[in-house]
Amino acid sequence: MTRAVSEGPGIVERIGGSVDAVGVEQRAAALGTRSIKKEAKLLGLDLAIRCCDLTTLEGADSPGKIAQLASKAIRPAPTDPSIPHVAALCIYPRLVAPAVAALGDSGVAVASVAGGFPSGQAPLDHRLAEIEAAVSDGAGEIDIVISRGALLAGDQDAVYEEVSRAREACGSAHLKVILETGELASYDRIRCASLVAMAAGADFIKTSTGKISLASTHPTAVVMAEAIRDFAEATSRAVGLKVAGGIKTAKEALRYLVIVNETLGEEWLDPDRFRIGASSVLNDILMQIDKQRSGVYSDPDRYTKD
Amino acid sequence: MPRWDYAPAPEATDIVTVKDTYGLFIGGEEVEPLSGDYFKTINPATEEVLAAIPEAGLEDIEAAVAAARKAAGTWAAIAPADRAKYLFRIARAMQERQRELAVLETMNGGKPIKESRDIDVPLAGAHFFYYAGWADKLEFAFPGRNAEPLGVCAQVIPWNFPLLMLAWKIAPALATGNTVVLKPAETTPLTALLFAQICHQAGLPAGVVNIVTGAGETGAALVNHPGVDKVAFTGSTEVGKQIQRSLAGSGKHLSLELGGKAANIVFADAPLDQAVEGIVNGIFFNQGHVCCAGSRLLLQESIATRVVSKLKRRLSTLRLGDPLDKNTDIGAINSRAQLDKIKELVGVGVDEGAELYQAPCELPEHGFWFPPTVFTGVSQSHRIAQEEIFGPVLSVLTFRTEDEAVEKANNTPYGLSAGVWTDKGSRILWMADRLKAGVVWANTFNRFDPASPFGGFKESGFGREGGRHGLEPYVRLT
Repeated sequence: MTRAVSEGPGIVERIGGSVDAVGVEQRAAALGTRSIKKEAKLLGLDLAIRCCDLTTLEGADSPGKIAQLASKAIRPAPTDPSIPHVAALCIYPRLVAPAVAALGDSGVAVASVAGGFPSGQAPLDHRLAEIEAAVSDGAGEIDIVISRGALLAGDQDAVYEEVSRAREACGSAHLKVILETGELASYDRIRCASLVAMAAGADFIKTSTGKISLASTHPTAVVMAEAIRDFAEATSRAVGLKVAGGIKTAKEALRYLVIVNETLGEEWLDPDRFRIGASSVLNDILMQIDKQRSGVYSDPDRYTKD
Repeated sequence: MPRWDYAPAPEATDIVTVKDTYGLFIGGEEVEPLSGDYFKTINPATEEVLAAIPEAGLEDIEAAVAAARKAAGTWAAIAPADRAKYLFRIARAMQERQRELAVLETMNGGKPIKESRDIDVPLAGAHFFYYAGWADKLEFAFPGRNAEPLGVCAQVIPWNFPLLMLAWKIAPALATGNTVVLKPAETTPLTALLFAQICHQAGLPAGVVNIVTGAGETGAALVNHPGVDKVAFTGSTEVGKQIQRSLAGSGKHLSLELGGKAANIVFADAPLDQAVEGIVNGIFFNQGHVCCAGSRLLLQESIATRVVSKLKRRLSTLRLGDPLDKNTDIGAINSRAQLDKIKELVGVGVDEGAELYQAPCELPEHGFWFPPTVFTGVSQSHRIAQEEIFGPVLSVLTFRTEDEAVEKANNTPYGLSAGVWTDKGSRILWMADRLKAGVVWANTFNRFDPASPFGGFKESGFGREGGRHGLEPYVRLT
């Protein structure tokens, strides 16, 4: 993955386009009827683990909690060497240093939310300072949230500006831009926000903070994936998609993989281009893998809870 | 990572019992054909023989019409609310047996199971529910008038939506107090014969529904039988014209739902990704075996290249293969004869100089298959822009202005359906006013509902099916 350079705001209008809500919801529902079985299911579940951003974003998070979760991120199933590690551990900036220490050279990235997460309402200077601090503590990936209020007020330029500044503040770290789609309230606006974020240099666009009740939905993922596809066609730059919020089951994870597979193509079925942000999906995935292999469900206490 | 191919996910067929030999359904019973003749019905995806089906002859038609006549008086006289009860019972039985109906429909017709499961069978059941509701409310459908049944209805239906077309025909006819003799298409008789069992299960009085099987000759004998009061036909324009000629002066009522060559019109401001889905659904739904298929794509010139490129990309994700696989998008062509016709017209398209694009996909060894096909650079003067292909073949044309779009869309002998894609509501209304088509879909395509009337202008036929309008072809208003 190479660091993004911003394409400039003009590209947003050049790509443009609108979304029909009825049509996109039908499309998402149709993709939801795909029946993923046997080897395809095992391959999909393995991929879902490799694309997982294992997340904890609680006020009560402590260095001890992070160390435990880091261990789960490295070895989701300690007795089964065939299970890969997750893509990243996603945490608050204050805990980046202990996470870096705990993850070492395991290959699991440290992703930090920053920029006044989850509201994004702090003054821009403070938000940028938070990003810089997280990066200097060793975070390789930064998740920020856009100013939904600015977008809703029609001020795309402000969103472009803040994402561009965040892009600079990230240095060599990868930037994931959360649109908080539940607050944007229309697919047209979600498409517009996707294009603005990509134009301003996002490496990934991400659905939700997980902090409001309206989190990632299937049609939202389709809309964002279509925007990514159009952006890639116009600029030859492949931006990743991260879905987050409320994804608790293996079945849900597979549904998102189907959406990505059939909208963006199999080049996007890779942790460099697709992530699932989740705090509790891992054990269900592990349980489904065992079920697929053995034909029976195991006791939930066979899966480690950290 | 290795390719993420979806593993086969076939629907189990053990829910369906296909008999070796079927009889005709006449007077509430399954009877052997007096003609003594049978033909084989196959699975078009494998060419495997499924069953022997009676070829009804003149004497069989005589018996079926007589049974319908005998039942007509009592059926018309029972309390309308009681007629409704039978229809509700049929509708519920269709829902209870919907997996069985869906699997059989797919085995006999070649359409993807996801389509028979999610569209054909639920819609067929919904039609019976809908018209069951009208049975005791006809005075509200025609205020101040008295709606009387016509008597015995001869109904001949096509092979593209065997069960759904049966429902479109039988439900309004029964709700209005008529009795019917229905002939399913030669290649797809099995769900109609299963429906006969459902009529039996629902305790429908003998002779109210009769089902005779056979090919064109059987159909001709049925519609020309002097004991028939009303003929309803869905099928090709050519056969529709023959029927209309032969019925002239007979006093029989007639409704026809015939061919189409619908224009799907995409303006530059349309939501393009959803328009592409609508284009795909418009022409590749049911392998393009749809009379209202959006077989002519009219693209505004400024977006033509972009839409065609999106369309080609989308085509590469369509999954063609075993119709019983739950992930199959494109099933088998219904018959060898239809496949030959599609191949012939595609050959004509190539000869006429249109540019051919076919989705990259492997065709199964056995059975009848045709890949999703798009012709670009098509003009109105190409045969592939004029003739109904009734297969997965799309002709792409361009236009510059609204007026040109309307002119091209209407420049066809048909007038069944049309689609308009634009973000501008006023343009939708402006177009809908000017398009000579029975159905105009706005920012969608191929959506059906029992409450919405369906039917054509010009050589696409006359009479409406569905909605309150769908009652009219089956009543005499006094």
